[in-house]
Amino acid sequence: MTIVMQAKGLVKRYGQVVALDGSDFELRAGEILAVIGDNGAGKSSLIKALSGATIPDEGEVLLDGQRVQFKSPIDARRAGIETVYQDLAVAAAMTIAENLFLGRELRREGFLGRWLRMLDKKKMLAESVARMQDLKVGIRSMTQAVETLSGGQRQCVAVARAAAFARHVVIMDEPTAALGVKEGNMVLELIRRVRDKGLPVVLISHNMPHVFEVADRIHVARLGKRAAVLNPKKISMSDTVAVMTGAMRPEDIPAECLAH
Amino acid sequence: MRQPTRIALATLLLAPAGFAFAADAPAIGLITKTETNPFFVKMKEGASEAAKAKGAKLLSGAGKADGDNAGQVTAMENMIAAGAKTILITPSDSKAIVPAIKKARDKGVLIIALDSPADPADATDALFATDNYKAGVLIGQYAKAALGSTPAKIITLDLFPGHPVGAQRHNGFLKGFGLAAPDAKSNELGKAAEVVCMADSFGDQAKGQTAMENCLQKSPDVTVVYTINEPAAAGAYNALKKAGKEKGVIIVSVDGGCQGIKDVGAGRIAATSQQYPLKMAAMGVDAGIEYAKSGKKPSGYTDTGVTLIAAKPVAGVDSKDVKTGTELCWGKK
Amino acid sequence: MTGKLPPLATLGPFIALLAACTFFASQSDRFLTGGNLSLVLQQVAVVGVIAIGQTLVILTAGIDLSCGMVMALGGIVMTKFAADYGLPAPLAVLCGVGVTTLFGLVNGLLVTKVKLPPFIVTLGTLNIAFAITQLYSNSQTVTDLPPSMTALGNTFGIGGTEVSWGTVLMLGLYGLAWFVLRETASGRHVYAVGNNAEATRLVGIPTQRVLLGVYVMAGLFYGIASLLSVARTGVGDPNAGQTENLDAITAVVLGGTSLFGGRGIVLGSLVGALIVGIFRNGLTLMGVSSIYQVLVTGILVILAVAADQMSRRGTR
Repeated sequence: MTIVMQAKGLVKRYGQVVALDGSDFELRAGEILAVIGDNGAGKSSLIKALSGATIPDEGEVLLDGQRVQFKSPIDARRAGIETVYQDLAVAAAMTIAENLFLGRELRREGFLGRWLRMLDKKKMLAESVARMQDLKVGIRSMTQAVETLSGGQRQCVAVARAAAFARHVVIMDEPTAALGVKEGNMVLELIRRVRDKGLPVVLISHNMPHVFEVADRIHVARLGKRAAVLNPKKISMSDTVAVMTGAMRPEDIPAECLAH
Repeated sequence: MRQPTRIALATLLLAPAGFAFAADAPAIGLITKTETNPFFVKMKEGASEAAKAKGAKLLSGAGKADGDNAGQVTAMENMIAAGAKTILITPSDSKAIVPAIKKARDKGVLIIALDSPADPADATDALFATDNYKAGVLIGQYAKAALGSTPAKIITLDLFPGHPVGAQRHNGFLKGFGLAAPDAKSNELGKAAEVVCMADSFGDQAKGQTAMENCLQKSPDVTVVYTINEPAAAGAYNALKKAGKEKGVIIVSVDGGCQGIKDVGAGRIAATSQQYPLKMAAMGVDAGIEYAKSGKKPSGYTDTGVTLIAAKPVAGVDSKDVKTGTELCWGKK
Repeated sequence: MTGKLPPLATLGPFIALLAACTFFASQSDRFLTGGNLSLVLQQVAVVGVIAIGQTLVILTAGIDLSCGMVMALGGIVMTKFAADYGLPAPLAVLCGVGVTTLFGLVNGLLVTKVKLPPFIVTLGTLNIAFAITQLYSNSQTVTDLPPSMTALGNTFGIGGTEVSWGTVLMLGLYGLAWFVLRETASGRHVYAVGNNAEATRLVGIPTQRVLLGVYVMAGLFYGIASLLSVARTGVGDPNAGQTENLDAITAVVLGGTSLFGGRGIVLGSLVGALIVGIFRNGLTLMGVSSIYQVLVTGILVILAVAADQMSRRGTR
């Protein structure tokens, strides 16, 4: 089983506060890895270090075995890591197709594209339709404005955008927060399909039922370190919460509950 | 005692004497409507030259735009606080300025209105101004005589509704032309059958051109154009030229600025009533100095004069030529 | 709503323009002539071109209160350079446009690097530009311009109607702006920045560079507008542009562009400018006082903003 992304001994300090205190991380090919942790556990700092939003003070990040140093989110994107942010980062007044290709627009062939820098709107539209169909997202028209969509549909657009352009990893920050039951399930389905296409997914979530529904392994962040990696098929939800809050110490976790 | 302390002491002792000297130069305030209208720029120049020559100190201020009464009130208060005993003012809003004037006069400050009166006119101690009605009458008379037997089709480019100077010049023009017109006290723009279009130019060249273009669309046959001032006249000429109609149309105006006199000489404006902002300012400074010296206040209305300047004189109407106009003009020669 | 029909905010201005034209055509038989309409186009050309720059700025959820004053400064610079220093007209024009573009750069840097709100920045540059213009020109208009400088005011005939070159330039600039905003990535990025600046940053678009570019381009358009103004009046006027300041913003708002950014079409600003010009022209033809034009403009602005708000509330 291949390790796609790895981090060793990440340290990040904000003044006096130590957000990451030698945290490790491991993401395997073809899996959905949920990252959970209480507030202040170092969960978001870890994700920021992986997605290029912050630069760790110590430690290293490896992608496909190679050491990488991201100085900005754009570096991470160029390395093939896509992030779905909590507030979605979509331009609501623009169409789905435009949002999908925002920042990576396709230009027309030849003179029109090179000299007049004209966009190939037809091609972008066709590609958007294809990608969405690929992920079985049921939105009828790619030319409607994102603001006309429901919350769950918008989330799908953001996820589809990440999945469309990611080459290695997709990171999702609280994708089902603020969604109703039906819409939340729709997004979980989509996340599964992303994994099934061969893209590993890092999923940050507070929603335990959702975590248990889709995750293959669960990374528990606590006090700036990786406390444990759990197997959702063996451990119970309440025990997981206990590990997260520290009520259950990592050495007390039964062997079969740990993920191997 | 140490050197610096000695100097300090000497300064302290001599300072009152210094103030006494400065107190001899009377402080006169000049408040114009705006800082940017060349008419007021010239007025300020005239005032400051007169002040320098006669040993007075000139404080100057203005509103931010035509109609900015609050700005003028603030300037007045600041100048009085700084010791001005005479205020010369061209009121932006003739009614709204009256309370501030009254407050100042109650404090013993001499207030003289320049160029346009306050409303009521006796709210100020005195008024040194152009007779704007007469300015209109002169150019109206000229236009009528120059027109001769051609039927009169008149377009008026006015300032904007409700402004006393705009009304006086407009109505004076109608009166001079021989039409029934409101008297000099009215703020309403008089109408007549011969006036085929009236539009507002705001005294601005570009807006005057737009107003003239639109009026020409309404009434393409025009023989006389009355304009509130020379920038508006320049705009009117542009519009006529573009329509190929500039020959044979008589354009008359008021102001007598150097650019306007040049336009008269070039045949763009047929005649203009020249007014004398420098004279107003100089007379104002003289009155201020006299008041500071002897406490004597001027009163009533003093006409600072208006002269008809025309390149081609017409029978029955007294006018001066362009050369005279250029000698007396205000602005950049 | 799948939004197949353009929203009210986009269609509204065109409908208003059509309604105004119909009304004035019924009131005066001189209104709907080729000559009269060509005239209105010439009269709105200066505000129209300023409004292109203003549209760009407002699309990014900013605003440029200095547009008219910067235009006046450009006009004074180009006319004085030609009249006083004898520079050949094209060079003098370039200098004028250079100065206005520089002001745009200053605005843009203060907004992007010093991170000041556009309203405050342009309020400051408005006053600075005005003062520089008055001081440099000594409050005098500049005359005796070389004829090539006013060439854009000349007309040529199309089917019996006289059309000015300035009008052609304005229409051409609108076409160019419309193309860039609709069909190029840079144009779409302007919309994206206005709609959600944080999102554009996160997807890797250089947001600050887009904003800076918008203000610089706006300055360039103000410079072109100053040439049009000089060509129309034949003089350099230091007091030009004072009403054009608000008129340009009015044109953009009437044209359906949202003051909150990210929405609107640049052609709408042309429609907005035309609406104001048509009312001024039509009311003069009817012999109605200009005060009513001001009243109508105010009412239309409120209707335009309300229509924008309502059409957005209709979507989720």
